[in-house]
Amino acid sequence: MDYAAVVFLEILYMIAFLALTSAGLAVVFGMMRVINLAHGEFVMIGGYTTIFCNRAGLDIWFSMLVLAPLVVGIIGLIVERVVIRHLYGRMIDTMLATWGLSLLMVGLVTLIFGNTAVSVTAPIQSYQVGAYQMGGYNLFIIAIGILVMLLLWLILRYTRVGLVARGAMQNAEIASSLGYNPQRIYMWTFTAGAALSGLAGGVMAPLTGLLPSSGSLYIAKSFITVITGGAAIISGTLGSSIIFGTVNQIVSFGSTPVIGEIAMLALAIILLRLMPQGITGRFFKNST
Amino acid sequence: MTGHPTFGIGRIRWGWFIVGSLILLLLPAVTSTNTPTLLLIWALFALSLGLLWGFAGILSFGHAAYFGLGAYTYAIGSMNVGESTGPLLLAIVLPAAVAAAIGAMMFYGRISDVYMGVITLVVTLILFKFMSATAGDAYRIGSARLGGFNGIPAFPILNLPGDPSVTVFGTPFYYVVAVALMGCYLLCRWILGSYFGQVLIGIRENEARVELLGYSAPLYKTAIFAISAAMAGLAGCLFANWAEIVTPGVFSLGQSAEVIIWTIVGGLGTLAGPIAGAIVLGYLKLLLGQQTLIDNSLVLGAILVLVVLLLPSGLLPALTRWRERRDLARVSRRQASSTRRRRGQRGDA
Repeated sequence: MDYAAVVFLEILYMIAFLALTSAGLAVVFGMMRVINLAHGEFVMIGGYTTIFCNRAGLDIWFSMLVLAPLVVGIIGLIVERVVIRHLYGRMIDTMLATWGLSLLMVGLVTLIFGNTAVSVTAPIQSYQVGAYQMGGYNLFIIAIGILVMLLLWLILRYTRVGLVARGAMQNAEIASSLGYNPQRIYMWTFTAGAALSGLAGGVMAPLTGLLPSSGSLYIAKSFITVITGGAAIISGTLGSSIIFGTVNQIVSFGSTPVIGEIAMLALAIILLRLMPQGITGRFFKNST
Repeated sequence: MTGHPTFGIGRIRWGWFIVGSLILLLLPAVTSTNTPTLLLIWALFALSLGLLWGFAGILSFGHAAYFGLGAYTYAIGSMNVGESTGPLLLAIVLPAAVAAAIGAMMFYGRISDVYMGVITLVVTLILFKFMSATAGDAYRIGSARLGGFNGIPAFPILNLPGDPSVTVFGTPFYYVVAVALMGCYLLCRWILGSYFGQVLIGIRENEARVELLGYSAPLYKTAIFAISAAMAGLAGCLFANWAEIVTPGVFSLGQSAEVIIWTIVGGLGTLAGPIAGAIVLGYLKLLLGQQTLIDNSLVLGAILVLVVLLLPSGLLPALTRWRERRDLARVSRRQASSTRRRRGQRGDA
């Protein structure tokens, strides 16, 4: 029974992890059809911001929940203005340019902080489930994952900003004829996506030590989660997070974590072959 | 993809080819062959992607998969056989077979560009994760232990076909690599000039139109994917012989990114471009590796961003276009001045 609870919690944690680290990428892909291969580096920089602000004496919660999204959001804004806006509508070129950005950021972070691992201790104690020791911080990740998804849904569904953003996503020309500048909407969407990535990085920082190359840990998982999810931001990301998180953890418990990850990646290939438009291209077509 | 309509089917410039061959032939007289060998292996790898991406319009985001498969196949094969000819052939055939299977799955499934990118990338990641996790005695193929993150060391290097006692290394190995590169270049030229190659270029320009003419685009794309993977496998096999160790690093994202950067910087839609890009940027990478101040990935990343923004088709095509424009301008200037002269003569008369 305890074991079942542990497995269940681990699955929930994995789902929250995938949803949280993919949210930024999903917003940018769903709204703008831009695949940001520098997403992993946004997450990594969010983590570095948290750790170094905390070392500078700032409160860790403040660092991860406010400063990390802020810093990465600003970086996202700069990236959008300098690089991405020239490449709208050229999907492959955007992928290449953002891949270049990702290498550039890895190089910059290596230059500034050195190629050594940094870490910070989790601010929540662990607790017992029967005979098993569980990280309390994982529960916090699950809560944050739910909260971010809920907030995103509320904003997109019930606010003016969300309405305009969804309108521009469906038809940029009509949105612009109604007086909303699509360029500006894209700019802020990209910034918001980057901020979400930064938040994910900040929140994940205490769990995983960070290296300049840590971004590559996130990019593959986020990438398959978002692409398999399809165009609908919330239901797509949630749907694929649930599928991949469950498969990954169940296979991991049955064998090794590496096999679990390989199973997840192999499943992604199969799903993409069966549903080239992603889950939400096939089911739940009218969801957000 | 837009481009010069005759790219790829134009005649090969024999003059340049002979100059290039001569340079390759005489290089060992000037310098040690260790670094040039590596650069030529990278050039072969870039050539394989240049053929696929530049002429068939298929961008494989994880071409390192086939490079790495070639390297691992050779290492495992030569340890088991104790001889190099069979494993060398296998290192070409196996990546091609894997690519044919993956390619058929993607192209017959009519998967679009972006999703293709994801699938090719994920295949590489799977191989990387798997190979990194194969430490211990449980993971062995015949007498070869896969060795996890440390890779496979000390496998037999290339030998003369049929005589395992005569190994090929140093300058002779350099010539083997050079001949492989030139041979593959000529093979690419031949493919692109053939009927098959023209259909491929047609598919790149307008897939729907070619299909309406009755060609099966998935069949052609799968075939070129397998051919490109075979070349990448050969490059991987040669790399294994150069490094004399194979580690999961051959499957890494960095390896995939590098070959894409070499290819696009050199030029899409050309064969000499990727070769030149790999040699120049590969040399730059080796130079940057000798100092610790500036990180290699910083420079490569900046180059990729700049090229995508400013020269989306790469250096060589941009150079060709610039030369054509200059020639055109010269011709029209000459015409203009000759008309002026004629008018002037008329004025005198």
